[in-house]
Amino acid sequence: MSDVSLMVNGKRVSGAAEDRTLLVHFLRENLGLTGTHVGCDTSQCGACVVHVDGKAVKSCTMLAVQASGSTVLTIEGLANGADLHPVQAAFKEHHGLQCGFCTPGMIMTATDMISRHPEGLDEATVRAELDGNICRCTGYHNIVKAILAASKTMKGSKGKAKQAA
Amino acid sequence: MGIEGVGARVARKEDKRFITGAGRYVDDMVVPGMKHAAFVRSPHAHAQIKKIDVKKAQGMPGVIGVLTGKELKADGIGNLICGWMIHSKDGSPMKMGAWSPLAFDRVRYVGDAVVIVVAETKGQARDAAEAVEITYKELKAVVDASKAMDKGAPQIHPEADNNLIFDWDIGNADDTAAAFGKAAHVVKMDIINNRLVPNAMEPRAALGHYDKAEDHYTCWTTSQNPHVARLVMSAFYNVAPENKLRVIAPDVGGGFGSKIYIYPEEIVCLWASKKTGVPVKWVADRTESFLTDAHGRDHHTHAEMAFDKDHRILGLKVETQANLGAYMSLFSSATPTYLYATLLSGQYNIPAIHANVKAIYTNTAPVDAYRGAGRPEATFVMERMMETAARQFGVSPAELRRKNFVTAFPHQTPVIMCYDAGDYAASLDAAMQASDYAGFAKRKAAAANKGLLRGIGMSCYIEACGIAPSAAVGSLGAGVGLWESAEVRVNAVGTIEVLTGSHSHGQGHETTFAQLVNERFGVPIDSVSIVHGDTDKVQMGMGTYGSRSGAVGMSAIVKALDKVEAKAKKIAAHLLEADEGDIIIENGALKVAGTDKNVPWFQMALAAYTAHNLPGGMEPGLKETAFYDPSNFTFPAGCYICEVEVDPETGVTEIVQFVAADDFGNIINPMIVEGQVHGGLAQGIGQALLEGAHYDNSGQLLTASYMDYTMPRAGDLPSFKVSTSNTPCPGNPLGIKGCGEAGAIGSPPAVINAITDAIGSNDLAMPASPSTVWAAIRAATKH
Repeated sequence: MSDVSLMVNGKRVSGAAEDRTLLVHFLRENLGLTGTHVGCDTSQCGACVVHVDGKAVKSCTMLAVQASGSTVLTIEGLANGADLHPVQAAFKEHHGLQCGFCTPGMIMTATDMISRHPEGLDEATVRAELDGNICRCTGYHNIVKAILAASKTMKGSKGKAKQAA
Repeated sequence: MGIEGVGARVARKEDKRFITGAGRYVDDMVVPGMKHAAFVRSPHAHAQIKKIDVKKAQGMPGVIGVLTGKELKADGIGNLICGWMIHSKDGSPMKMGAWSPLAFDRVRYVGDAVVIVVAETKGQARDAAEAVEITYKELKAVVDASKAMDKGAPQIHPEADNNLIFDWDIGNADDTAAAFGKAAHVVKMDIINNRLVPNAMEPRAALGHYDKAEDHYTCWTTSQNPHVARLVMSAFYNVAPENKLRVIAPDVGGGFGSKIYIYPEEIVCLWASKKTGVPVKWVADRTESFLTDAHGRDHHTHAEMAFDKDHRILGLKVETQANLGAYMSLFSSATPTYLYATLLSGQYNIPAIHANVKAIYTNTAPVDAYRGAGRPEATFVMERMMETAARQFGVSPAELRRKNFVTAFPHQTPVIMCYDAGDYAASLDAAMQASDYAGFAKRKAAAANKGLLRGIGMSCYIEACGIAPSAAVGSLGAGVGLWESAEVRVNAVGTIEVLTGSHSHGQGHETTFAQLVNERFGVPIDSVSIVHGDTDKVQMGMGTYGSRSGAVGMSAIVKALDKVEAKAKKIAAHLLEADEGDIIIENGALKVAGTDKNVPWFQMALAAYTAHNLPGGMEPGLKETAFYDPSNFTFPAGCYICEVEVDPETGVTEIVQFVAADDFGNIINPMIVEGQVHGGLAQGIGQALLEGAHYDNSGQLLTASYMDYTMPRAGDLPSFKVSTSNTPCPGNPLGIKGCGEAGAIGSPPAVINAITDAIGSNDLAMPASPSTVWAAIRAATKH
């Protein structure tokens, strides 16, 4: 057993975990943050994507002890109180989810993708960058639409913020 | 239509919890004292179990119990069953072999469950599972249905000689032979429909909890039909009587058919909970899902179609071998028979049809309904045949289809189905226009300039949804009725709960069902809650599959709403001192037509519950229940056109355009309908280009992870051009046909027709992977 100490969704948390415990299991089982899902055993599906120190990471590829000392953002911490994050809002508006199981990973991947492309996104880039996330329900059509829309919204709001400054 | 009513593009109510990580799936459930299970599974495709030694495992850290099939049998837990009786053409009943939830004498496929280990943690359960020592005597295995009936093939179940489960036929063999006798042209094809793994993103899971104080069981399970699960576990598996068993299917992460069936794990978790005295949770890992979720398709078919000199179809002969795997899953017998061969008339006038289906055991995972269930297999046969015929005759594929379309309704086919309504030419025209079919030659030439082979292919599918009239399916062998139930509870403050036997696992019922109520009573959809997935809340239901939640589930809600409306109007008429016939419901109030006299909806509801001033003899309260049994299947149909570019150097296929024109009848929420089509298309295109389950000859599943089984990813697919027309379905009050499976049904032949058009060779197996396409191009060039 090892001690794991993390900053998760803005809160300092700690706990003991077996050395073999994956970050995703620590989040789900120790912290009760069940929004992060496990859809495969081979780091292929992306249902478990969270942000570790600001980068999208499949939380099944990392041991909880490896993540100790890091700052983690999960789907539960993305919205600002009652205000949805623009990517969350876009997934709802554009019907980018059906069963909802891949959705947290998709949204966490998308927010990372958008922040890495401040110049904006096109459909081909979004599709290529979704390579690590599998959805079985939507055929990706509306997920792509939602990410493109969110990218536009966030670019616009940044522009406005800059102007205001 | 109001902004939240029928036909409105309303954003989904359920999304809030899913996009914030607050969805509640079975693996998210925690019960006090809950422990974790792991299953020991057969590593062999076919073997005798000589000895099971659990001693070492029992002594491992954290282990609470290690239980075997012998103990399960001793406690009287029954075998798994197939709930649809099929009789062979000689009149004999299908040959169902025994399927114990835990194998104790013989294992028949890799993944067959043998032992359950319950431990404090999932890790400890898995460690201990590895310490269970099982001695097997390996037996010869067979994985290919076409070889399973050969002399010398291993006998998988003593009940089924030569591994033949049934040899069934439909249609008229003599009429069909006569039709072929008159034929000017005969088109013949051998067609394989590749085996698929459903792959809902949420792996299957079960949490069994036995409450000793109440002598009562609760099962949280990933089910599309919790009431059916309770019924079957109670009536056939002797887990507990129905009144002592509650089944809850909370948020379920996709089903696609694979979560209809009752699997060994939920039964064993319930039983193990009683044995060990702790709640027992099991969650499949992805490889377990690949090994043990019911697979789909796996048909080998020979088909012949007879045409007259004017290219009108005279007859169709079909011989299909259906691989049902090692055991008969719950509805496995219906899929290759009544859900398949009854659709072999396609959209066409075919005077004579005869189909023969042999269902065969093999040492592979059980095969059952997967999105479309039989109808994709039928459509693939029909639409590959039509395209091939057009090529052989040198005529336009569109015009050959158009010439043979059914245009007068109702239309009785020679294979049971009676099509009630449709306009197949309208969908064909819409798809041709949306795809700029006329401009294809130009695009093909432009592609050729880039060194690419461009092809176009179409598929005109029909399917049967809204299953189904209970008496009709009963006469065909179904063990259950296929009606649906609904209960509408108007609360004293006017808010409404709708309890439904349908189950949402991605379909958006919490929104569309609420839209139905909004349309009727003007109550905002946020004031309408849809309750489903819990046998303690909803009395009974048949669940969601076969695109039935709209046509059957919503029809039940409409019936209940009718009753609520009738009583509400009586109350309002009494309060307003008006005639009941003069009351209309508008803008959230009950009004006397043509006057300004009205009573708001919530006041009427309050009056129903205060009961201070009700019409004489009326019972207080406002709650109505209805059961709806459909009068016919519904028949969604449409036309899909796929355009591809193939790189002849690599065999890589890119779908450059995909057009879907569907006729789903009336639509409640177009946004959700489009989403269903997108998802279906992705699964159908996945089947055509990427997906295939492969066993080696010893019965090992070679495609048992996402490293080996190619799931469609965003980069494999285009954005889709979808449109709908709506010929209302005359068979149900809403005129709905259903939309959940069309995409998966119609798309595979469109893709294969497009690729074969591009490469100039008609011989191409699914999945048309780059190597397969490249080999087909090479083979065609050699000739």
